[in-house]
Amino acid sequence: MDTMLPMGSVDVGMNGHFATVLIFVLIGFFFAAVALIVAKLLRPHDPNPTKLTTYECGEETRGSSWIRFNVRFYLVALFFIVFDVEVIFLYPWAVVFKHLLPLPELGVLVFWEMVIFLVILSLGLAYIWVKGDLDWVKKLVDRAEDEPPRRNPLLKSVTNEEGSQ
Amino acid sequence: MNILTEMIRGWFGPDKMSDQMVLILSAVTLATLMFVVMALCALVFTWMERKVAGFIQSRYGPMRTGRWHGWAQAVADMLKILGKEDIIPAEANRFFFSFAPILVLLGSLLAWAAIPWSPNFVSADLDLGLFYIFAVSSLAIIGILMAGWASNNKWALYGAARGAAQMVSYEIPLALACIPVVMYTGSLNTSDIVIAQQGGVLNWFLFRNPFIFVAFFMYFIASIAETNRGPFDMPETESELVAGYHTEYTGMRFAFFFLSEYANLFLVSLIASMVFLGGWWSPIPGTDFAPALTFIIKGVLMVLLNMWVRWTLPRVRVDQLMYLCWKVMIPVSLTCVVGAGLWMMWRGQA
Repeated sequence: MDTMLPMGSVDVGMNGHFATVLIFVLIGFFFAAVALIVAKLLRPHDPNPTKLTTYECGEETRGSSWIRFNVRFYLVALFFIVFDVEVIFLYPWAVVFKHLLPLPELGVLVFWEMVIFLVILSLGLAYIWVKGDLDWVKKLVDRAEDEPPRRNPLLKSVTNEEGSQ
Repeated sequence: MNILTEMIRGWFGPDKMSDQMVLILSAVTLATLMFVVMALCALVFTWMERKVAGFIQSRYGPMRTGRWHGWAQAVADMLKILGKEDIIPAEANRFFFSFAPILVLLGSLLAWAAIPWSPNFVSADLDLGLFYIFAVSSLAIIGILMAGWASNNKWALYGAARGAAQMVSYEIPLALACIPVVMYTGSLNTSDIVIAQQGGVLNWFLFRNPFIFVAFFMYFIASIAETNRGPFDMPETESELVAGYHTEYTGMRFAFFFLSEYANLFLVSLIASMVFLGGWWSPIPGTDFAPALTFIIKGVLMVLLNMWVRWTLPRVRVDQLMYLCWKVMIPVSLTCVVGAGLWMMWRGQA
């Protein structure tokens, strides 16, 4: 489109487009501020200590909420970083793939190189899968060997009665 | 953008202003326009959501406000929210508590900058378009974590931790599902992606390649999870976490979360229509009379589909959510990328 610019318009260029993004940031802050100020002028302001307590369904809050929480969330974040980096590498490859594909030999090479990259990452995925880190509730010990599965006693008595009859 | 700069030039006379000034003015106009459209679409979609939910559950939904099918309900809600007291809990971290809703809102607004509404109307025609959209829309994750942590409320913290885990997980299949399309286009520019689909419904990427067809469904499921809507509304499960990360928010700050939720809903639907459903091209070749309208209609239909899913399916559990993402969608999306590559080598770039 840039080649067909009509007279009198501005050649925006890539810096210009990123400048537009910057202005979007500023306008976003501006409108958020306007909305908050308008609301501040209209709304009542009448705080009291009870109103400012933390909401916990009417119970009194015990302690702070800034506590340690399930390590699972950190694991998810860790996996995410690995795969997100993978996606970041895939995007530039996807952009050049079409242009390199028609070239003799190189096109096929480009494809198989990415397949090798994906296979290595899939091995990583398979590893965490087998290790059970993708399960939300991770089994630390396999309990099946320690104790036999418990039968429902009610069910057992019923079958016994049926057997005796 | 070019049309706008030309118009501004025309109004002020050709030599009165420098190029930079014209550029800044047109960018401000566009950003304001996008913000207004975003706010309007949130109003329309809250009303639409209630009506859709109503019809799915065999009831009417809002009927009274504004006489005709309760059309003014969303406006009334907005006015009421303006008059609501702003409560910041005494235990909360005031700075992050106030900043989080603005960050979430900003994440939605920024992503709108690269949406190609029609052949000549893209606010910021970036080379990195699609990548940029994914990058800025993940600002919302930071905002949600910030909101949940700063509230110093157990519900909010659980909601935020779940929300962050869910959104980062589903970001991977979401981004992977778009890669086959980028392979066909050879560009990340949003306009280029749409231009590559010219010529009727069979040239839309959805029907070009069986692997992209599968990738579209991966994208659709991941986009529901990204917008935190049912059946994946784990961050705000009202039956277990009260309201999740925005439990402590009231008034205008709550409205920001609400607004950005609906803005994101429309955004992911517009991206679906842009990447897979031919963007502004009409289904029948040669009938492209109103490109922007075609694009918006496709987006609204996707929103409708999204609402249908939300009000039909029951909520999943956290472990099912993670199972679906890591053990089903990521392997399938990776297969789609490899499969699309093989297909391109076999069939050429048709």
